[in-house]
Amino acid sequence: MAAEDMTVGDTRTAAQLVAELPDSPAVWCSGLRKRYRRRTAVDGVSFAVGRGEVVGLLGPNGAGKTSVIKMLLGLVHPDAGEVMVLGRPGSDPMSRARVGYLPELFRYQPWLTATEVLALHARLARVRMTDGDSHDRLAAVGLEGRAGDRVGGFSKGMQQRLGLAVALVGRPELVVLDEPTSALDPIGRVDVRDLVLSLKEQGVAVLLNSHLIGEVERVCDRVVILDAGRVAAAGTLEELLGRREVRMHLTGVDGRAEARLRAAGEVSASRDRYTVVLPADDDGATVPALVADLVALGVGVHAVEPARISLEERLLGILRAGHPGEGHR
Amino acid sequence: MTVLTIARLTVREAARRRVLWALAVLTLALLTLSGWGFSRLTGLDTEFGDLTSGQARLIASQLLNLVMFGLSLIAALGTAFLAGPTVAGEVESGMALSVLARPVRRSAVLLGKWLGLVTVGCGYVVVAGLAQFLVVRWAVGYWPPDPAAGLALLAAQTIALLTLGLLLSSVISPMASGVVAVGLFGATWVAGIVGNVGQVLGNEGVERVGTVSRALLPTDGLWRGAMHAFQDPSALATMGAEGAGFPFLSEAPLAVAYLLWAVFWVAMVWGLTALVLSRRDV
Repeated sequence: MAAEDMTVGDTRTAAQLVAELPDSPAVWCSGLRKRYRRRTAVDGVSFAVGRGEVVGLLGPNGAGKTSVIKMLLGLVHPDAGEVMVLGRPGSDPMSRARVGYLPELFRYQPWLTATEVLALHARLARVRMTDGDSHDRLAAVGLEGRAGDRVGGFSKGMQQRLGLAVALVGRPELVVLDEPTSALDPIGRVDVRDLVLSLKEQGVAVLLNSHLIGEVERVCDRVVILDAGRVAAAGTLEELLGRREVRMHLTGVDGRAEARLRAAGEVSASRDRYTVVLPADDDGATVPALVADLVALGVGVHAVEPARISLEERLLGILRAGHPGEGHR
Repeated sequence: MTVLTIARLTVREAARRRVLWALAVLTLALLTLSGWGFSRLTGLDTEFGDLTSGQARLIASQLLNLVMFGLSLIAALGTAFLAGPTVAGEVESGMALSVLARPVRRSAVLLGKWLGLVTVGCGYVVVAGLAQFLVVRWAVGYWPPDPAAGLALLAAQTIALLTLGLLLSSVISPMASGVVAVGLFGATWVAGIVGNVGQVLGNEGVERVGTVSRALLPTDGLWRGAMHAFQDPSALATMGAEGAGFPFLSEAPLAVAYLLWAVFWVAMVWGLTALVLSRRDV
């Protein structure tokens, strides 16, 4: 009896321990390498996407982004490296049970209707999908009026929208979108942005490969920049974009005011335009305090403009640093 | 589950892409023409005088083999060109990406496609073959001695060719795989006839051409087994030694060992396809 109690107790403790364990990342990869004949496409790529995190994969054409995505999904076999998807090894097909994927090269069975394509993917993902679910998925991507039409008659943009609906089949915990807006019009791009934000709200992890840096900057928590098959930089937007600045248009700046400006951070000036680099640990109080002090010192404050270098500038800077002899890219 | 889903998808593709319609129209044309031809056999006035009903049956039995070869050719071409675009075509177009990124094993997807193609190919052979038997029975009153075994062997021939088509489609382009599969099918048939001629002439070297080709690709061997099941048993005795060289007459029923080899061959080619597919980047 006592031994039985102990076993029950042990089991409970083990269950508690497992329950208290932090969730494994949605995606984790380490040292991924891939060669296509003589060309090295991916060379030691490692990164992770946390649960519920939106990570952007950026880089120039041929940087290895799509190859990395395909290796994560078991479509391309890495020459070296490890992949874990939702806590399972990437080589196990069940690791993809809760994964939605929109490929860069999207194409669906032209002889099926949009509803039938969704039903096919629901069966492959082993999830039950009612007519209502199917309608909701198609409505979410603006295809509710074309549910019964054959995919063969769809435009490229409509096929990409269908691909987004397919990626959402089976309540995924990870959605991988490879260039999801390549065939979409501006409205479609906004729809994709809203879709990613809604997935983020629902706690779904998203790995987004896009050339639209502005979109990535708006929706992503973190960014991984690939160049020539390697991770050139990775981090949160704050880490990557680094220093924040404030640009000011000031008149009547005397020695005391200049000293106050220098006390706030590194100053560069051109006539009456001043740029102050804010400290990394700025909690948002530096600029109002600076402006108040400058006004108190009798300085005319005409304009105050907080500024941060854009992700595009940062990306170009990183890529140029990696190819010093090649000029602009 | 995955296997049945993909098998259903493959059959649906054949139906929606009008493959089944094309097969039906071709077969109807063949049946109509053969029905007309067979009906003219009885009472045919030849240089040897009117054909008796017995002679007509004998000729009908050989003509049936000829028409069944036409049917087997339609089935072979149809399934080879269906199998061709299956793997290579879907990888090239990108259609395979979203399917293979699901929690499915590639071998299960392959098995599903194979089963779907087998259903289409064998279904066609059985329905069209039975229809042809009925037409011949109506026209000259001839019914083959072992129709079930014959159709089963014809279906097995179709299975062998479509399995080869699947292997080829996983290593070369879709168009090339269809062309190579049909080319090999034709080459084996011709090699079989060359082997027969060698047998008639008593030349072992030439005879071996047929034996080796039948071992490498069992379509011709299975076809010969099917012919034996369709033809009138008295045909060989009537034709004598010359009959051995006739392409639409089979000397002997299929040996069990050869049948086992054909089953092993199909399993081996299928296994090789699964291996190639599991290692392939898509």
